[in-house]
Amino acid sequence: MTDTVVGTEIPPLTLPPISRYTLALFAGASGDHNPIHIDSDFAKASGMPDVFAHGMLSMAYLARLLTGWKAQSSIRKFSTRFATITQLQDVVTCSGTVVEIIEAQGETLARCEIKINNQNGVSTLVGEATVAL
Amino acid sequence: MLDKSKIGHQFDSFTTLVELGKLRFFAKATGETNPLYSNTEVAQAAGYAAVPIPPTYVFSLDLDSEELMPVVSVLGLDVGRVLHGAQEFEYFAPICVGDEITVTSTIKDIYDKKNGALDFVILENTYTNQQGVLAATTTSTLVQRN
Repeated sequence: MTDTVVGTEIPPLTLPPISRYTLALFAGASGDHNPIHIDSDFAKASGMPDVFAHGMLSMAYLARLLTGWKAQSSIRKFSTRFATITQLQDVVTCSGTVVEIIEAQGETLARCEIKINNQNGVSTLVGEATVAL
Repeated sequence: MLDKSKIGHQFDSFTTLVELGKLRFFAKATGETNPLYSNTEVAQAAGYAAVPIPPTYVFSLDLDSEELMPVVSVLGLDVGRVLHGAQEFEYFAPICVGDEITVTSTIKDIYDKKNGALDFVILENTYTNQQGVLAATTTSTLVQRN
């Protein structure tokens, strides 16, 4: 409890390269069947170089960062902006830092800045989570 | 330019059952190996009634509606040009296998940027369980490239 302070870093999580298989599985499992993520012909006809990762796949990885650190029941808020498209074969790393400790509604909360960077150091997701301590 | 008269449009609510098989598939697809997200005994030992949904699976409950993403037809969006711009979750109570979750969704705002080059749609959703307890709310931002 007292080991979480401003500046505490959440143990990072690096994922295997994003493959077409990953995207096909996630389309089925998440219920997001948008062809832009699984059908190369459709993606190219839409002006994209190829299929690309679902934003919500990346956000699911960020959720794993959080639940690997604190119990899921302690997560109060979780938000991200999808800043850059995650392409096939990208290797993404989730990380986060506690930036503020706040007291609200009888709880001590850690406000965390969280993000995902790809292998080139470009942030693909940038967000925030509020976690009860 | 999207039809701004649709601001305030409320989609038909629907109720969906949270199923263990789907959560196990979601865990596999996201590389989640913590048995909390697939094993009922582990979940109950952790104090849950059953296997809990992981944080972002709330969004997948939306996709159980009869029509996948009804906002697409209501606003005439072109899915090939739509990107997910942002997503927010707020959690109030756990959602577990066996829960029946009623999802409501409203178009909160529609606006454009860069002289109409980008259209933004803001959706606000609520997720209420079979006891009438509000378990989560979400805000989704969709962006259409024109």
